[in-house]
Amino acid sequence: MMWQVELRSRLGNQASAFELDIAFTSDAQRLVVFGPSGAGKSQTLMMMAGLNAPQQGRVVFKDKVLFDSHRGMHLPARQRGLGYVFQDYALFPHLTVHQNIGFALTQGWINPSPAHQDPAIEHWTAVFQLQAVADLYPEQLSGGQRQRTALARALVASPQALLLDEPFAAMDRPLRQRLRSELLQLQADLSLPMVLITHDEEDVQAFAQEVIQVDKGQVLSDSTPSD
Amino acid sequence: MDTAWVALALTLKVAGWATAINLLLGVAVGYALSRWRFIGGDVIDAVLTLPMVLPPTVLGYYLLVLLGRRGAVGQWLQHNLGIELIFTWQGAVIAASVVAFPLVFKAARAAFENVEPTLEQAARVLGLSEAAVFFRVTLPLAWRGILSGTLLAFARATGEFGATLMVAGSIVGETQTLSIAVYEAVQAGQDQTANFLVLVTSISCLAILLGAGYLAPGRIAGQAQRGER
Repeated sequence: MMWQVELRSRLGNQASAFELDIAFTSDAQRLVVFGPSGAGKSQTLMMMAGLNAPQQGRVVFKDKVLFDSHRGMHLPARQRGLGYVFQDYALFPHLTVHQNIGFALTQGWINPSPAHQDPAIEHWTAVFQLQAVADLYPEQLSGGQRQRTALARALVASPQALLLDEPFAAMDRPLRQRLRSELLQLQADLSLPMVLITHDEEDVQAFAQEVIQVDKGQVLSDSTPSD
Repeated sequence: MDTAWVALALTLKVAGWATAINLLLGVAVGYALSRWRFIGGDVIDAVLTLPMVLPPTVLGYYLLVLLGRRGAVGQWLQHNLGIELIFTWQGAVIAASVVAFPLVFKAARAAFENVEPTLEQAARVLGLSEAAVFFRVTLPLAWRGILSGTLLAFARATGEFGATLMVAGSIVGETQTLSIAVYEAVQAGQDQTANFLVLVTSISCLAILLGAGYLAPGRIAGQAQRGER
């Protein structure tokens, strides 16, 4: 089984507290967690990545236990080997595209210079056609270039799976359609398991092998669209 | 006019040390208070900000009580390390550090609070240790705010008078900084010396401000402006 996820946690502040109680297993290469905003999707994804810990539960990826509250097991995010693409991409504003892409290749305390060369950086820069903007800073990029930079930065670290938080939310429709097909192509090329969360039904139709529908912190349905 | 140059050199030495100490301590404390919420955090923040609002003489008195021969810290230092701080330039450094500390720590805290937490999360997912996250993401993004606080602290330490006079006294070449030398010259009716000292002080301060202005719109500020997005 690819994913075995059980999460129970009390979330939010006193004004709008709610119980997150999510459990699912999935073998899908392209899993979509679908639901309205505030349903607990982002929390679910962050807990899978280790950026947040649920009060109780288990996260298992390919038979590797990442989190288990009963055994007091909480693998930190940096050791989970998962790639994460944030909703606003979270590109490092003080680093060039080139430095952003190579960020995970150096684990020391100092950022490598913009001139630092590495075959992996060259490779992913080429895959996402970012050569022309490699020396620019994130604020100088278009939305599509930002997303490609974020993808390249995540993939340089050779993750075991890629988690994507609303990757197309901030885009206009034509761009969204183009990037959806790019992402599908990428997934097929790399056969890299992906988990995508979204509130957009079109993302589900375009991308999902399996859909987990959530609302108010609960799983409503778990289905495999027939296509 | 040798007094003036001796005083200027001493002032720069004292303010330089005080700024270096504050940079380390202020960044550490500012970071801690920006990241960890705990009971009494507000009280600690207020106590650390006190030097900014208390009269320097009151601070000087506290320091005397603490560091003097009969003070808890002073006695310990004297007994165990043979160090005496009162009426030494090191004492002047401590006085200047305490007075200027809130400027660095306040600026550092605000700068750290402005760093987008998602960026630190992104660095963690990319495999970095907590220390590497701090030095490669958090600190570079907070750097501009810290730098401006540090320059203010240096200026404040340069002009420090009250607490320094009480703790370190006015020993020529040892603890008599520019601001104290001006006071002494005026008290003694040495108008010419006073005029020259005031001129040297004003020109030095102008140079510091110009230096700060030169730093700000350049490389460092450019990086930080991107950092604010």
